[in-house]
Amino acid sequence: MANAIQLLADFGRNFTLSDIREQRVDLAFCKAPKEQAVRLIRELRDDAGYTHLVFLTNTDYIEQGIFTLTYMLHNYDARHTLGVHVDLDRNAAEMESIHNLWAQAATYQRELREMYGIRFPGSPRLDEDFCLEGWDQIPPMLKEFDTAAFSLERFHSREGRGSVDPSEHMKTLLYPTHSDEPSSGGS
Amino acid sequence: MQNWPSQIGYFMLNLTIVGLYGMLLSGIVARTLAKVQGRIGIPLYQPFLDLAKNLGKRTAVSHGVMFYLGPVFRLAGGIGTLAFVPVLYGSEIFGNFSMAGDLLLAMYFMFFGQLGMALGAGESGHPFSAIGIARGLGQMTAYEVPFALAIIAIVVQYDTLSITEIVAAQQGGIGNWTVFTNPLAVIAAMIAFLGMTAYPPFDVVMAPNEIPIGPPTEYHSSYLAMMTMNQAVFAGAKLILFMALFFGGATNLVELVIKTWAIYMVAVVVGAAFPRFRVDQSIRFFLRYPTLIGIAAIAYTQAVLLP
Amino acid sequence: MDMQKYALGPLPNDGLSAEDRDLFSDARPVPYEPYPVAVVEKFVNWVRANSLWLLAFGTGCGAIELNPLMTARFDAYRMGVQMRPTPRQSSVFIIGGYASVKTLKRIIRSYEQMQGPKFVVCLGICPINGGMYWDSYNTLNKFDEYLPVDLYITGCMPRPEVLMAGVLELKKKIKEGRADGANRYIENFEWYKANQKRVIKDWNMPDYNW
Ligand code: SF4
Repeated sequence: MANAIQLLADFGRNFTLSDIREQRVDLAFCKAPKEQAVRLIRELRDDAGYTHLVFLTNTDYIEQGIFTLTYMLHNYDARHTLGVHVDLDRNAAEMESIHNLWAQAATYQRELREMYGIRFPGSPRLDEDFCLEGWDQIPPMLKEFDTAAFSLERFHSREGRGSVDPSEHMKTLLYPTHSDEPSSGGS
Repeated sequence: MQNWPSQIGYFMLNLTIVGLYGMLLSGIVARTLAKVQGRIGIPLYQPFLDLAKNLGKRTAVSHGVMFYLGPVFRLAGGIGTLAFVPVLYGSEIFGNFSMAGDLLLAMYFMFFGQLGMALGAGESGHPFSAIGIARGLGQMTAYEVPFALAIIAIVVQYDTLSITEIVAAQQGGIGNWTVFTNPLAVIAAMIAFLGMTAYPPFDVVMAPNEIPIGPPTEYHSSYLAMMTMNQAVFAGAKLILFMALFFGGATNLVELVIKTWAIYMVAVVVGAAFPRFRVDQSIRFFLRYPTLIGIAAIAYTQAVLLP
Repeated sequence: MDMQKYALGPLPNDGLSAEDRDLFSDARPVPYEPYPVAVVEKFVNWVRANSLWLLAFGTGCGAIELNPLMTARFDAYRMGVQMRPTPRQSSVFIIGGYASVKTLKRIIRSYEQMQGPKFVVCLGICPINGGMYWDSYNTLNKFDEYLPVDLYITGCMPRPEVLMAGVLELKKKIKEGRADGANRYIENFEWYKANQKRVIKDWNMPDYNW
């Protein structure tokens, strides 16, 4: 959809959008600064027909010290999906809430608070447990959280656990006499 | 009425036979339904195994006095219904405690069990139980209307409240059965019967997938065994009552089995063919055409049968 | 056996708030004895084996395999298996795959509400050693640390055929009287509770859910 780029260019007059990128004919992305993002999303919803919040998620770029939130919006009439990226400072992760734009966003924000520790002031039931009950560590989706070590320490792996390469394993299982090397000599 | 001891002995015999028959019937029905769904189904004796399993449970917890009494009341309702319904016409052994007004008593007992159950399941405190009871009592009130109207119609028709006399009046050929002399009353009563058996579309009380099994949610172990037993006895008693009132009664056990099985199959066939009603649909259903048919049956009895 | 272990008086129930504590029984469960007459016990075990009521509680992806079990193709009703929607009436708990900590709380409560003798069947590789979720922050790796398991069915995910084979195996065990998980749970009550509380950090339920 060519006019998605056009639309973003139009919006670009009022907002400082960057990284505008058309991934597919029905999918485009852009990046907005943290202060403008919610206003942009509201206008996309109210004026540009992106009425559906597909999801809200986060990526942890620990090397750059940022979180990148992704607001995925969908326009039913144009059958077009638009992703709005927002960079947050990893050390003071806080974002304006959009629960008053879409009520279900409160659940996403609750999950992000739990999994990444991002704060969304004003979002309902933000601090209630979501998937984890009685979690006593740093948020588990942070890159610095070592899940394997934690799992071994708390959940006690059973001894005797091994892993095999599936294709090799099936090969030896099904064709025990076969060898990849050209057969040498008389054997 | 002269020799109580032997009568009580006979009644115990009746109870056993009807109970066993009721259990077997539920096995037959489950198998029939399985065939409808293209399955093989449970073995015929599975209900007995389930009963023994529940009796053999090692632990049981209680939620209070009424929780104990619920299944007891319910079993009392089942046994009470059976006690006043003559199983076989003209048989001393299978006559039970028939007397002048036994039709009223049997009707009373049919509903007594439900109320006892409501108290017991209410005490268990499970929300699904409470919802199930509310639905059950609501639906019961609804199907009771056409049933009572049908009963009134045939009481007027035969001018008696004794089941034995009603059966007696139907002897002497198929043409004398109520189903042919007063078809409207029988239609109303059979529709009410569909509600009583709680097969689809009227299974709003147990409604699996919705309020998982409803009232007995908290019942287990021997409580549940007791309720299963009652279900068997009650189903048998109800069938025998319907057979006696509308289908000429039975004079021997073979006739009894064939007739009651056929009556039950009405509910099963309807049940296998229909999805579930919502509660309000079910209640409204009973209060519409079946009720009208019941009223028409009384009018018909008055105008045509008793000129 | 050390009778002292489970005759220690009421359970503390200290995960509950003061007003909730009155609502739950603090009695300690006791292990059951078999029927004194061997023949009766044998008969009852046979009956139990032929009337398995499964608790319809799917805890992981493997639960998807429970539904075909009851359909025309596999028809487990033939073997006396039925689904029960309430823990009170069911006797077999199928752990359908991985159990997260949050689910474990519900599993424990449901399991304790089941009336003995009760059997736990673990389905899939996940409850055995974590399976593909072995390094997850939220799924248990050894299920038998938290509840006594009578039978494991491995595979990821196990087909209904395997499940049926498992049911037959469970029947055999019950008939031989070897499926005594419920007793093991009570005899090692302290150990199981300590393990459960080690992973469930917000223990806000009664110590034994009658
Ligand atoms: S064993 Fe496989 S199918 Fe079963 S819960 Fe684990 S990952 Fe899912």
